[in-house]
Amino acid sequence: MKKYTFTEKKDTRSGFGAGLSELGKKNPNVVALCADLTGSLKMDAFQKEFPERFVQVGIAEANMIGIAAGLTIGGKIPFTGTFANFSTGRVYDQIRQSVAYSGKNVKICASHAGLTLGEDGATHQILEDIGLMKMLPGMVVINPCDYNQTKAATMAIADYKGPVYLRFGRPAVPNFTPADQTFEIGKAVHLIHGHDVSIFATGHLVWKAIQAAEILAEKGINADVINIHTIKPLDEGAVLESLSRTRCVVTAEEHQMHGGLGDSIAQLLARNNPYPQEYVAVNDSFGESGTPDELLRKYGLETENIVEAALKVFNRKS
Amino acid sequence: MADTAQLQKICTQVRRDIVRMVHAVNSGHPGGSLGCTEYMVALYFGIMKHHPDKWNMDGTGEDIFFLSNGHISPVFYSVLARSGYFPVSELSTFRKLNSRLQGHPTTHEHLPGVRIASGSLGQGMSVAIGAALAKKLNKDQSIVYSLHGDGELQEGQIWEAAMFAAGNKVDNYIATIDYNGRQIDGDVDKVLPLGDLRAKFLAFGWEVLETEQGNDMAAVIEGLNKAKALTGKGKPVIIIMKTEMGAGIDFMMGSHKWHGVAPNDEQLAQSLTQLITGTEEDY
Repeated sequence: MKKYTFTEKKDTRSGFGAGLSELGKKNPNVVALCADLTGSLKMDAFQKEFPERFVQVGIAEANMIGIAAGLTIGGKIPFTGTFANFSTGRVYDQIRQSVAYSGKNVKICASHAGLTLGEDGATHQILEDIGLMKMLPGMVVINPCDYNQTKAATMAIADYKGPVYLRFGRPAVPNFTPADQTFEIGKAVHLIHGHDVSIFATGHLVWKAIQAAEILAEKGINADVINIHTIKPLDEGAVLESLSRTRCVVTAEEHQMHGGLGDSIAQLLARNNPYPQEYVAVNDSFGESGTPDELLRKYGLETENIVEAALKVFNRKS
Repeated sequence: MADTAQLQKICTQVRRDIVRMVHAVNSGHPGGSLGCTEYMVALYFGIMKHHPDKWNMDGTGEDIFFLSNGHISPVFYSVLARSGYFPVSELSTFRKLNSRLQGHPTTHEHLPGVRIASGSLGQGMSVAIGAALAKKLNKDQSIVYSLHGDGELQEGQIWEAAMFAAGNKVDNYIATIDYNGRQIDGDVDKVLPLGDLRAKFLAFGWEVLETEQGNDMAAVIEGLNKAKALTGKGKPVIIIMKTEMGAGIDFMMGSHKWHGVAPNDEQLAQSLTQLITGTEEDY
């Protein structure tokens, strides 16, 4: 079984910040907009290096989305930055009409997604954003798993023409993917090969899925672990190929059960070949204040929850 | 630029298009369309430097316009067609299945001349500001225009945008408010009063102009020219343009009733008798 290690923990938002700065050097059309959260989004380096291409909009997210849409008219590639809650739910209609329906080349970059922003509590812990964004026709939805992958994804989306939602987070998490990776939108990453159960994970839960696979291996169950960094468009081929071997699946995400990665997988399977599925996701609930680790434990998004779900679904198939 | 009499003649033809378009599908918004006809004709046939024959989304090197109150799409479509963006005959597809002329304007069907979808109100000023910023980044000296309904100013995003434009010296931008005092549910003053609009935009840091006769071609052109002269001086410019909803058709004026109602056969005939150019060129 392939082993994964890491030398340091880093926050995915810093991967975004690093990618954005590099993009600034590479592509003169890249502009960045922020709604009073420059430090939190790690956009300060871009702001410092490219002040003429940085737009501080203040606490006015609706206006930020509209300005971003307008900037595309004239060939700019705008990257908007704020918390995931204010990037999606707060500005849904602005994204729907001015970006998605208008087909604008806007990159909506969202930090502090999910429970792991921690102590700020449920007002800021959006767990519905993947669902909201994936429902919009033509919207690409990406949730990378670590610093290196977030940096690579940030750079890759500048080369893709069309609206993208890029979701990342606040806490430092294991940085285990290669620094020199090429990020392919819509191409799942096969991390561990196994034939007993598929584990499809996204974002912060990818590392936990790897850990779960190690525990499962000790119990004699070989998990097939796939990092679904792009929820839309879904890598249907990779999902179906894995299921053709394992015939049962666990989906793991820091998101509501309704509307997330798990639902995308379930829908794909329903249209093809249904297999038993278990969800590791937040079950129709808001979050609360606490440390990221406490929250992941309380809301059932820990390694052991993936292990449990895998054992359950493995038993269900037989 | 065409002279005022020629522009007025175009207005009459555009008004014929508007009532015929909404009548044909028994839906759409004639009131505001008729009220903004002089402004739209003045822009597209006089004021703006633009290249309908070389249409492209970016509009680099030309003046560009955004319709924020997208429901007055009939006047937008008519003016776009008659200024050469697409065939006038296509106006007959308005609001029909498989048409590029959707109920509210959209880029989705790739209709030349339309650069953003609008309809859900309050979003166009932000978009226009973004386009104006892109022009500045591109060292493009041309101007961005936008039109907004007065009722639309009840949307909070407008004021986010107004604050931003002044704070960031977006001075290559001229917004216009269609100040007809009416919205779907009645008079704006009764639904939700806007207060002293001039004072509000002045307080936000804009150059504010008022056009008292928004259905008088000479007055509209004068207002737009004054506005142009104020660009490039560190402030965004706004024209508060008083218009009459339903202007040009006597029974449609003086009420909010024709905001979103189409004329019946008899009312269409009656309307057309009031819109005579002498050389009608109906689609």
